Amino acid sequence: MVTEPRNLSRREFSLAGICALTVAIAPQIALANADSLRALVQRLFGDQGYEESKIKLDLPEMAENGMVVPISVEVESPMTPDDYVWSLYIFAFANPVPQVSSYSFTPESGKAAISTRIRLAKSQEVVAVAEMSNGKVHVAKAPIKIMIGGCG
Amino acid sequence: MAIAPTPRVRLPAEARPGEIIEIKALISHEMETGQRKDEAGNIIPRKIIKEFTARFNDKIVFRADWYPSISANPYQAFFFRAGESGVFEFIWTDDDGTEYKTSATLTVSAPA
Repeated sequence: MVTEPRNLSRREFSLAGICALTVAIAPQIALANADSLRALVQRLFGDQGYEESKIKLDLPEMAENGMVVPISVEVESPMTPDDYVWSLYIFAFANPVPQVSSYSFTPESGKAAISTRIRLAKSQEVVAVAEMSNGKVHVAKAPIKIMIGGCG
Repeated sequence: MAIAPTPRVRLPAEARPGEIIEIKALISHEMETGQRKDEAGNIIPRKIIKEFTARFNDKIVFRADWYPSISANPYQAFFFRAGESGVFEFIWTDDDGTEYKTSATLTVSAPA
């Protein structure tokens, strides 16, 4: 599902463990250096702000093995046709390919929540970005220590 | 891959109108990231399931795009608000264009 860029205002934010990486993000924008969350949101949605609210990001604080790390994300929303979560993106910026996954919901989803298992190359912060049907953007991040990396 | 990717989905067979059910989907697949090298030092090409789609009575109700950081044997749990009875179709799309599919029925009825 193609996400239309929205206008958002900026906010300071910093991420741990960022390497210079090439990222392919829908819609097909390549990021040479993802050095801040602000830059990411700006790349995805244009000059628009975001709020660090409404997203519950469940990630273990530590994983021995980075090959299979369980993650759950839930975005608070009425999920009505007038007000629902349009898209959710997950990023791991210390991975070779930082975009982990993206999800499209409908009001029929009932809950904008997913669980999956991901590969994490090393200790870092995992970032979730949600875009609402009204254009608002929400962000959450969670740190995780990885003992043995899983090449993602 | 020695064994063909096998999809499995778990969800309730019945629900009440308006009930939000959780659907758990799994497919066996190596999810070759494109980062690994073979013994000769050549990159093993990426080959992953890149897309998962859930349709209910033909309408898309959930979609996921997956990239190489999704673990092997990709697991996907998501939710659905039951309305009418019908049939789910779950589709996993490989990088090579192959589609793996499975279906499930959902019977929705109010308490007697």
